[in-house]
Amino acid sequence: MKKTGEIIIEGALAFSGLVTILTTVGIIVVLFSESFSFFQEVSLIDFFTDTQWTPLFTQKHYGILPLLVGTFLTTAIAIATALPIGLTIAIYLSEYANKSFRKSVKPALELLAAVPTVVYGFFALTVVTPFLQSFIPGVGSFNALSAGIVMGIMIIPMISSLSEDALYALPKSLREASFGMGATRFQTAFKVALPAASSGIIVSVILAVSRAIGETMVVAIAAGQQPILTFDPRDGVETITAYIVQVSLGDVQHGSIEYRTIYAAGITLFIFTFALNNVSYWVKKKYQEKYE
Amino acid sequence: MNSLKRNRVIDKSFKYFGIACTFFGLLMLAIFIGNILMDGLTRIDWDFLTNLPSRKAEKSGILTAWTGTAWILGLTAFISIPLGVAAGIYLEEYGKKNRIAKIVEVNIANLAGVPSIIYGLLGLEVFGRLMNLGASLLAGAFTLAILILPILIVATREALKAVPKSLREASFAMGATKWQTIWHQTLPAAGGGILTGIILSLSRAMGETAPLIVIGALAYVPFVPKGPMDEFTVLPMQIFNWVSRPQQGFLTNGAAAIIILLLITFIMNGVAVYLRNKWQKKVNW
Repeated sequence: MKKTGEIIIEGALAFSGLVTILTTVGIIVVLFSESFSFFQEVSLIDFFTDTQWTPLFTQKHYGILPLLVGTFLTTAIAIATALPIGLTIAIYLSEYANKSFRKSVKPALELLAAVPTVVYGFFALTVVTPFLQSFIPGVGSFNALSAGIVMGIMIIPMISSLSEDALYALPKSLREASFGMGATRFQTAFKVALPAASSGIIVSVILAVSRAIGETMVVAIAAGQQPILTFDPRDGVETITAYIVQVSLGDVQHGSIEYRTIYAAGITLFIFTFALNNVSYWVKKKYQEKYE
Repeated sequence: MNSLKRNRVIDKSFKYFGIACTFFGLLMLAIFIGNILMDGLTRIDWDFLTNLPSRKAEKSGILTAWTGTAWILGLTAFISIPLGVAAGIYLEEYGKKNRIAKIVEVNIANLAGVPSIIYGLLGLEVFGRLMNLGASLLAGAFTLAILILPILIVATREALKAVPKSLREASFAMGATKWQTIWHQTLPAAGGGILTGIILSLSRAMGETAPLIVIGALAYVPFVPKGPMDEFTVLPMQIFNWVSRPQQGFLTNGAAAIIILLLITFIMNGVAVYLRNKWQKKVNW
């Protein structure tokens, strides 16, 4: 026999959990309904094949490609920066470092993740860009390279801590068997531990990619706001997120096609990150190797 | 013999490479903080904290920005803490096996990966337009509350998970109901962990810029907000605004405002880490 009070409390708690479901439903409904109106005026074919994105000019083009290329360019640079460094840190901390060192370094690395992203944007614009300009000719004052590198520094802790968790979770016996065969720590790390923890490491990279795609302030500040279709990292590019910021800062009428472009851009972004997050979830579930 | 030697050399050099990489990020942070301090520290004085924004860089202050941040933090905490902690309790203590809880759990993992700017698009439509809150503090707080909800829920669950079963069983054995057990035993025992999660998620909310830009928060607000329906700016938005201007004077202002923002962020994170360690030491199950 349950008291009614207990039932009411349980109901209220369950409702709080449902708020998160409402959030997801809200995101999907809002993105779909606004971009539905957008795609009634712009065909999907134009959206994906036109190479110009100029909704704010008189000569309007709605090709998402320049924004997509900008997004992937900065993301690729970020991952190229963060993956080698982050993975090395993870291997070092789990295979080489002693316990007290691990314990003191991990919170320090977490500090990197706690710094607000607008601060990283300032760093990219005022420190990294002038530094790059000093030895690479042709680097613009807004460029994909600087934004990408700083974004990479920002997601180092993400890759290092998730990968380290995956490595650390491996049973000791695996390493001991390798050491017993006379392998060095380096050989053990790369031939035994890394392959065994590969699913966890892949998950960390996918999540880092997803994070880089959705990152806004660093690219809005340092990568520029010119949607030009280019693969040259020295040029300024505009990402999907930076475009949404650009429109939001201006005075755009609700219901206008310009207003709807940010939802069309938003749903493109959402679909990419949603797919990546689910792939990572699936990899984790499916390829997690069980030991013992 | 030769390959053995080579392997040892590789092993050793990777060790030093590992140390170098570990300190690379921290070194970057140090360079950056040093650079910011040089740029902005001399700009910080009493006037900078108490002046309204101005068209002239040297007369500009961050009064509206930090009061806006304080308002946003308060409102966001007020909205998100009850919701987040309640949802965490439900998932950990009640909904272990039922299907709804499973769905909610997968859903939370998904929400945690949604870019913050998407929450801005949601907030603009739902809070800004449908609920007619416009670009007010309340609309911003609702948006940020929803943004940090997944973090809060996960933190609450972790904290509750760390409380041993025996504590709950002892309470049940004394005839306490489920809620009495949670309210009087489990929650107080998990309090430190939950508090740590609350502080960290609020620190995250404080640093967010993109969702607030999307809901239409203004970069230039020449008055101090008086109530939750007022328009507002926050520190990161003020920084963004100054950083986007070409004049050196505004960049200096940006650096100075960043010092204030980082100071608050680091204090919040420091308190969170301190609480976590203290709680872990105190509780010895």
